[in-house]
Amino acid sequence: MTDLLYSEIEEELRASVRALLTDRCPHENTLGRCETGEPYDRGLWQTLARDLGTASLAVPEEAGGAGASVREAAVVLEELGRASAPTPYLGSAVLATTALLALEGTDGDSGDSGAGEASKLLASLAAGERTAALAVPLSVMPGAGTFPSAVRADSAGTLTGTVTSVADATAADVLIVPAEGRDGPGLYAVETTAAALAVVPRTSLDLTRPVADVTLTGTAARRLAGAEQAPAALERALLTGAGLLASEQLGIAEWCLTATVAHLKDRRQFGRQLGSFQALKHRLADLWLEVVGARAAARYAADTLATGDPDAPVAVAVAASHCGELAVRAAEECVQLHGGIGMTWEHPAHLYLKRAKADQIALGTPDRHRAALAALVDLPAPVG
Amino acid sequence: MPPANAPVTDPDELRRRTQALLAEHDPAVTEPLDFLRARYDAGLAWVHFPHGHGGLDAPRALQAVVDAELAAAGAPDNDPGRNGIGLGMAAPTILRYGTEEQKDRFLRPLWTGEEVWCQLFSEPGAGSDLAALATRAVRDGDSWVVDGQKVWTSSAHNARWAILIARTDPDVPKHRGITYFVCDMTDPGVEVRPLRQITGEAEFNEVFLTGVRIPDAHRLGAVGEGWKVAQTTLNNERVAIGGQRMPRESGMVGKVAATWRERPELRTHGLHQRLLSGWVGAEVARLTGERLRQQLTAGHPGPEGAGMKLAFARLAQELSGLEVELLGEEGLSYDDWTLRRPEAVDFTGREAGYRYLRAKGNSIEGGTSEILRNIIAERVLGLPAEPRTDKDLPWKELAR
Repeated sequence: MTDLLYSEIEEELRASVRALLTDRCPHENTLGRCETGEPYDRGLWQTLARDLGTASLAVPEEAGGAGASVREAAVVLEELGRASAPTPYLGSAVLATTALLALEGTDGDSGDSGAGEASKLLASLAAGERTAALAVPLSVMPGAGTFPSAVRADSAGTLTGTVTSVADATAADVLIVPAEGRDGPGLYAVETTAAALAVVPRTSLDLTRPVADVTLTGTAARRLAGAEQAPAALERALLTGAGLLASEQLGIAEWCLTATVAHLKDRRQFGRQLGSFQALKHRLADLWLEVVGARAAARYAADTLATGDPDAPVAVAVAASHCGELAVRAAEECVQLHGGIGMTWEHPAHLYLKRAKADQIALGTPDRHRAALAALVDLPAPVG
Repeated sequence: MPPANAPVTDPDELRRRTQALLAEHDPAVTEPLDFLRARYDAGLAWVHFPHGHGGLDAPRALQAVVDAELAAAGAPDNDPGRNGIGLGMAAPTILRYGTEEQKDRFLRPLWTGEEVWCQLFSEPGAGSDLAALATRAVRDGDSWVVDGQKVWTSSAHNARWAILIARTDPDVPKHRGITYFVCDMTDPGVEVRPLRQITGEAEFNEVFLTGVRIPDAHRLGAVGEGWKVAQTTLNNERVAIGGQRMPRESGMVGKVAATWRERPELRTHGLHQRLLSGWVGAEVARLTGERLRQQLTAGHPGPEGAGMKLAFARLAQELSGLEVELLGEEGLSYDDWTLRRPEAVDFTGREAGYRYLRAKGNSIEGGTSEILRNIIAERVLGLPAEPRTDKDLPWKELAR
């Protein structure tokens, strides 16, 4: 039976992450940082990843991790969403780590040191010593069926090509790059200090998870996996990312609902609390109901991913569809129901709106996930 | 040895007792009613009820253990759909507020289905504002004399008993002057008339009460405490409406999904988008219900139950409307407008047109969706109530 609740250990993890974020990640810090050259809070990320051990949750103990699962990682994402925290958790601890983890236990190509490289890199990510990003556009979705071909690997093992809109790349020490080589698709590791590599931040909609364009021009790389493992590892990473992003979206929506309820209790117009008007109460009741549904959907996605349940693709599509739309709606309601103050840069509502809108596109829009669902549950589109 | 009335918490003990019941009353050769009575007397009817009233003070979740053993043995059930009001609403209220005599008299035949129950709450002038009800109960010696009109009463034409709320004191504010009774539906002053609804059938009734005499011994709770007692009934109603466990694609979504799969020539792109959104909504609601059940089993009930009925009503309406539209020309026909009086309601029964029309009631019956939103906003989110002018005025001075 699928477990849709939070275990005691998960609640303890939540409490410690929340305490850290409350202490170290107040909105005014994030707002102050987001227009500088250092949008990520590296000190916070070190504490979160290394000292609290959250980067290692889904990694087995024998691979240098905490031996928990993506269920726990989902709880961390809920809290990061709730705080709108600028950390590279999704890119490093979810996308890159899942891709490397999928290579564990598979035999690398004979005579290839790729599997050993991947294990070493995985252990360093889990320990919070290094930070990685998966070099795919953040908008790419699982189940697409084609391996990205923007980057070519030549026979010397160097990479050439451009990957646009990569999340968390500017915070990374190393990039996991999918590339097409002479003998098919592969996954490569590229140090961000390498020569012939440019990581150019875009002016991003999401101030707290900026994207960057990565350009490789004959850049030195280490091959981690070849045609045998690379496509499945990438797919696993994208599916896990899309499923866990639903937990972040839940956290965003919970913050927006809570902040809006608090504002409507506090704010008085026409001689009464705004929250006493039915026209507003009913909107928040509907939003609450969607949040309740999001919690169940996000937990189901995380649990099926953690247990290897064959229903995971359906669970992820459902969670991505529901939670992707909910987070945006919650943030939009938050801005609207805060009135003029919600439109100001000073109020944190826009951090959530921007994150929610970017998350709606990240790893597949709700509409694309529903299209995927059509095939998964046999509800085919009309012909023609 | 634990005392005879100690709560039974061990699933194996429940299995042992169930097997003992089956050994003593082989369902293959026992009259169904005799079996059900024996099951009640063995405490295996609703195991979370107390010893002596069909239960064993067991955790509610263990009912599934008993039900599985009995189903495997082919034992008869009590046809719960026929007595939903009795089982879901009257029984928990009697258990909480009834005297020992009342529990002894009413609960066993209620559970076995020998006596069907109905609910006399809503009135033409008291729907969402139920506390404004005008049916009067006047004390006369050892009994009460009741006059008034009730409405939306399902099963009234089959019912032996009714749970009834009536005004016993018009001089105090409306919530304080109400008393809760058990009404004998065979009393000569009770007249039941079918109330035809938009589906053509008459699932509900109007009930006219004229000089109905109710013994004071059939009062539930104290005089003037009826509103509080009724809260137990209504909270259980919402649990009953939104609380069943569902496999994926059960209910309305399963109907429209089946039509979609069977009839490729009907498909359009716009309806495909709506179908997929509805499918996601239904699956999210199913998971929400499953999570709620897991919380209850773990002993941590959350406020989520308040929203289940709201979600259910919205989905049933969207999906049933979608199906009629999908059917195109066939959607122009209806199966049958004949006035019928169904014993049990099936929201997903009959054809698409019926399902579409019946679903309109889902957001009205058992608390309108608007009232439920108020409840969520005030009790779950803690938002303030609308300012009200009626709360402290004596009932008889309210504008009507």
